[in-house]
Amino acid sequence: MAEEAKAPTAHAGSSGGESRPERSGGDRPDRGGPRGPRPGGGPGGPREGGRKYFRRKKVCKFCVEKIEAVNYKDVRLLAQFVAESGKITPRRLTGVCMPHQRRLSRAIKQARNIALLPFAGRAQ
Amino acid sequence: MNRTYELMFIVRPDMADEDLDKLISTLETAVSTTGGTVKSVEKMGKRRLAYSVRRFHDGVYVLLTVEGSGGLIHELERRLRVTEPVIKFLTVRIDEEQKRLDKIKKIRDSKKKASAAPAATAASVTPATAEAGTETPASAPV
Repeated sequence: MAEEAKAPTAHAGSSGGESRPERSGGDRPDRGGPRGPRPGGGPGGPREGGRKYFRRKKVCKFCVEKIEAVNYKDVRLLAQFVAESGKITPRRLTGVCMPHQRRLSRAIKQARNIALLPFAGRAQ
Repeated sequence: MNRTYELMFIVRPDMADEDLDKLISTLETAVSTTGGTVKSVEKMGKRRLAYSVRRFHDGVYVLLTVEGSGGLIHELERRLRVTEPVIKFLTVRIDEEQKRLDKIKKIRDSKKKASAAPAATAASVTPATAEAGTETPASAPV
């Protein structure tokens, strides 16, 4: 609207007359990178003060070792993805891909229900 | 009526072995009367529980794999709930998961066979098929 009022010359809708910056994807602010997943969550240091330290370019352990079935019964595998407090470690720290994280999370919750993993506190 | 379930239950640790066997056989008869089949029974032994259940810190784990309808599980769980020595149980349905795993295994086996068959010309073909194989699942919508 302002364009037409200011520049009534035959610019036919092109924004060449005004110095408007090119915006990709509308006027919404950029959400952390143009496309694709965010690279490791950005620098910030270890969020949880536990043993899970921060590393970029982490690969999904399940994809690499081709573990397809995450069973609630193999406690040793599940315990690697559980923090000292008993909480499930977030994906950005362990580098697990989303479908595997979902299965893992489900298995951990099943294991908790059957007293193979604790709900809170360390596993004795 | 081909649903496969995995039923894991914990029995109190101070229960005698023969009582446990009696309990398992009762469950097995219940399964067969309802028209299902028992695939396997596995006694996983005494384990330390991650948290105390009914003031017990250890328990004997038993894993029962059955095949049957949902009503069968309903009946089994009812029995387990009533049985005094059983302190916890968990039922998981595994036939869908098994189907998915079999499909993946089939795809992997066929890929292996395709790459293993032309052994003479495998040098150029195998890396190509392997790349094509690994690219397809990992290709994210760019």
